[in-house]
Amino acid sequence: MPTVAPLDIEGHVVSTHFLGDIPVFAAATGAIHRLDGGEKVTEANAGLLTCVKDPASQTLLTGGEDGRVLRVAHDGTVTELAHVPRKWISVVAPGPQGAVAYAHGKSTFVRLADGTTKEFTEERTVEAVDFAPKGLRIAVARYNGVTLHWVGTAGAPVDLDWKGAHTGVTFSPDGRFVVTMMQESALHGWKLDGKSADARHMRMTGYPAKVKSLSWSPKGKWLASSGAPAAIVWPFSGKDGPMGKAPLELGTRANILVTHVAFHPMEEVLAIGFIDGMILAVRIADGKEALLRRPGKGAVTSLAWSSTGKLLAFASEAGDCGVIDITG
Amino acid sequence: MTEASAKPTPVTVLTGYLGSGKTTLLNRILSENHGKKYAVIVNEFGEIGIDNDLIVESDEEIYEMNNGCVCCTVRGDLIRVVEGLMRRPGRFDGIIVETTGLADPVPVAQTFFMDDDVRSKTELDAVVALVDAKHLPLRLKDSREAEDQIAFADVVVINKSDLVSHDELHQIEHIVRAINPSARIYTTTRSGVDLAKVLDQGAFNLERALENDPHFLDHDDPDHVCGPDCGHDHHHHGHDHHDHDHGHDHQHHDHGHHHHDHAPSAIHDVTVTSVSLRGGEMNPDRFFPWIQKVTQTQGPNILRLKGIIAFKGDEERYVVQGVHMIVEGDHQRPWKDGEKRESRLVFIGRELDREKLEASFKACEATA
Repeated sequence: MPTVAPLDIEGHVVSTHFLGDIPVFAAATGAIHRLDGGEKVTEANAGLLTCVKDPASQTLLTGGEDGRVLRVAHDGTVTELAHVPRKWISVVAPGPQGAVAYAHGKSTFVRLADGTTKEFTEERTVEAVDFAPKGLRIAVARYNGVTLHWVGTAGAPVDLDWKGAHTGVTFSPDGRFVVTMMQESALHGWKLDGKSADARHMRMTGYPAKVKSLSWSPKGKWLASSGAPAAIVWPFSGKDGPMGKAPLELGTRANILVTHVAFHPMEEVLAIGFIDGMILAVRIADGKEALLRRPGKGAVTSLAWSSTGKLLAFASEAGDCGVIDITG
Repeated sequence: MTEASAKPTPVTVLTGYLGSGKTTLLNRILSENHGKKYAVIVNEFGEIGIDNDLIVESDEEIYEMNNGCVCCTVRGDLIRVVEGLMRRPGRFDGIIVETTGLADPVPVAQTFFMDDDVRSKTELDAVVALVDAKHLPLRLKDSREAEDQIAFADVVVINKSDLVSHDELHQIEHIVRAINPSARIYTTTRSGVDLAKVLDQGAFNLERALENDPHFLDHDDPDHVCGPDCGHDHHHHGHDHHDHDHGHDHQHHDHGHHHHDHAPSAIHDVTVTSVSLRGGEMNPDRFFPWIQKVTQTQGPNILRLKGIIAFKGDEERYVVQGVHMIVEGDHQRPWKDGEKRESRLVFIGRELDREKLEASFKACEATA
């Protein structure tokens, strides 16, 4: 049985990540808790809305109600990357070569490592941004689709249109697919090398609730998603992605929604967090389940594996967080 | 934490044209000592001269739901901001959403019904429309939005009443009542309405609205609560038509006691009508398919519907309310001894076919 080291934090915890070997937890208050030889706390934003990890530099990027975009290092050092007074910054994304994207209103800003910033404007509000795995290119989710922009060149943006509100976006690890989360409880995908417009679209529907968490398997063969009483895992290994194939349903529970999913860094094992705080690990190959944590006080908001895949950090809406040692 | 999230946070939607006094009212809500804290979502900080962490600027972003229904719209920006606010619910007692002057209040209200996350943590408390007494006739001529805002409101505050004559004010009240027979109406100057009449009303929650004001679907009732400022005269069952005779309400005189059954054509530039239905005990097997069908087929024309239904053999009152195609209903409380078991339903909207609604509503009655 895996062992759980609990960490109780006041209030809603937005996300958890490993910076090197150090688990960090970002609370909605703006406090960043680090387990680095004991619990240490850094105050980041005055009200934190988003916190993502920049894997290249092993730092956190945060956006907040105070309009600031911050970089937080593993030792708690805070660097301000941008400050937009009176705007909420809820969209931040890490890019290659030290680039950071953030957005407010209809604009996305890409701040390069040298501090210069480029602005990309959409017709509608920017809901989410992701960098392509190769090349300095961003995908911007907005109402009625996604726009792809090259950051470094003046090339024309590419519009990927699909009616409806797209609230999240991710590139597949090989860069062949773009997938969005939609307000109407569905995923939509585009095959970027698809020849005809029809061949490009991938509709992934049937969710009872909005999808809020996506995770690609280490080699990008699978895309796991929340939004159902099981993790819905779409196969992306074929050239047409998941089209014409049924998704796997892992860790099925009766009427208990999955709220977060995270693939193991090396193996095709998925950590699944539920609305009641329970956490399962499920192996793709045979669907074998292991209980990692019993239900807690609130919904699982975030899961993060250590680089070795031996530790799994979890965060919760009610603040009952912790680190699970899966080697027992 | 769990206790704080157990009770949904009330949300007040504040509508009204530029110059109707919204900013003044917001400033009062933010600065007066009423013992409560509000998070305020505005389109622009504009003239709100108060520095407050809980004022959030948000770009109005209307999303049509991808379900083929044109009236199923939500405010995408509100979903995002409310989600952020509700992560730390202990900071405030309620949320106020200020809309731009021209805004359609419907997507705002529908957000609180159609988005599961928002719905699970918040509750629409009331839609409050501020009306500039001086400029209302002009606004109604200019646009549909001014009319929609009144039609959709639970509370209408007629502001700047000192800028018009007594007769003009009476006429404005008459217009507002014609557009919306079920709203509570207050008249005031300099947005000086008692905040207790605007905030924490539970007006969108029909069950609570009925507890607070058992006759609110029934403006003819002498016990109807209009507030001390209301110009509605409780003693005469019928407005004095001469007060607002502007040459067009001659068709109106025959209404007599049914004066709330206003014909819109009698008033300049008003296109919203209301249809008040009254019936006996209903057969649920007929009523539910009927209300579904009415809202599915006429949803785009229905701004609001509210009602109390008596089902045959059911010991409890059933309350129903809707916005466009969204209909919700629930049991409210047992019928009291001696209380007349009748069903009442009010539709506010455009191009409503009164006769057909009346006939089809009647057809839902339980046969003895």
